[in-house]
Amino acid sequence: MSPPAASGAIERGVEALTQGGVLGAGASAGDYLALLKPRVMSLVVFTGLVGLYLAPGGLHPFLAFIAVLCIAVGAGASGAINMWYDRDIDAVMVRTKDRPVAAGRIAPGNALGFGVLLAVGAVALMGIAVNWVAAALLALTIAYYVFVYTAWLKRRTSQNIVIGGASGAFPPMIGWAAVTGDVSVAPLALFLIIFMWTPPHFWALALYRAGDYAKAGVPMLPVVAGDRETRRQILIYTVLLVPVALAPAYIGLSGPVYGAAASLLSTAFLAHAWRVLCDRRDVVAKRMFGFSIVYLFGLFAMLVVDKAMGLGW
Amino acid sequence: MSRTEERKQFDRRRRGRNLALLAVLAAVVVLLYFLPFVRMGGQ
Repeated sequence: MSPPAASGAIERGVEALTQGGVLGAGASAGDYLALLKPRVMSLVVFTGLVGLYLAPGGLHPFLAFIAVLCIAVGAGASGAINMWYDRDIDAVMVRTKDRPVAAGRIAPGNALGFGVLLAVGAVALMGIAVNWVAAALLALTIAYYVFVYTAWLKRRTSQNIVIGGASGAFPPMIGWAAVTGDVSVAPLALFLIIFMWTPPHFWALALYRAGDYAKAGVPMLPVVAGDRETRRQILIYTVLLVPVALAPAYIGLSGPVYGAAASLLSTAFLAHAWRVLCDRRDVVAKRMFGFSIVYLFGLFAMLVVDKAMGLGW
Repeated sequence: MSRTEERKQFDRRRRGRNLALLAVLAAVVVLLYFLPFVRMGGQ
């Protein structure tokens, strides 16, 4: 092919890519970063880091950094694959319509390839650099999020985030396993905290986004069981969460500082759940959703503070 | 937006993506270079 013809082909290729705003002006590096769901990743990284910090024994700081990096990249990979799979429903929901795949800035195949590549890379690096128990847990987390939550439960049952929530609960166990090479009761307590926290957290959001979920055909609890039942379930799960949140104190993973902080935070979270039950305004559910994030960060931060003060293990 | 502007924007974004990819690949190389030293040092 002669140079002018090649140049013409390139021009046509660029034109095809940019035509009609299908791919806009091409995806930016920022769009690929958005595929990783950075806000979700921050919570995953934080809880993974806490698991790593609380585990008995030590890990070279460089290897600890790699472990956290792998947890972050693995979580991001799950997010990218989720955006590939859910691009049809993301496009009709206000909250997600600007996501890079749903908005057409990244081609679906590219998002899938990016996610799979990162998932394989994160698991392999975790295994090679840290240990294969942590790598296996990371692989399980990614597979659970993609196959169990995204592909199976999300569009089929109102219990999607109850069962699927386990995927978000694994990071502290992975962090713990990165140090110890095994899984014991203590990281299971951390797992249970996130597992029990996920339903009230997501249902508070779903209460004021119910219309969005209904439009997309996602059977979230408020869509299927109604507003009143969701508020009741939020309170039930929050009540069940309280003893689970206190568990680190009575199994000896943490001391009185954590116990006191967890009691205060849980009381406040319960108060939010009670208000959501009694007050049907969206602003009340929004406040509970916002507080739920503070609550989880607060619990895990206090586990660190407690250990740093030498009152835990 | 004119075709020339679209082309410029496309080029700029592609350059950004390529630089980001270069940075990630460089970071992976550095990471894998130091990894054996750290692992061997711990034994």
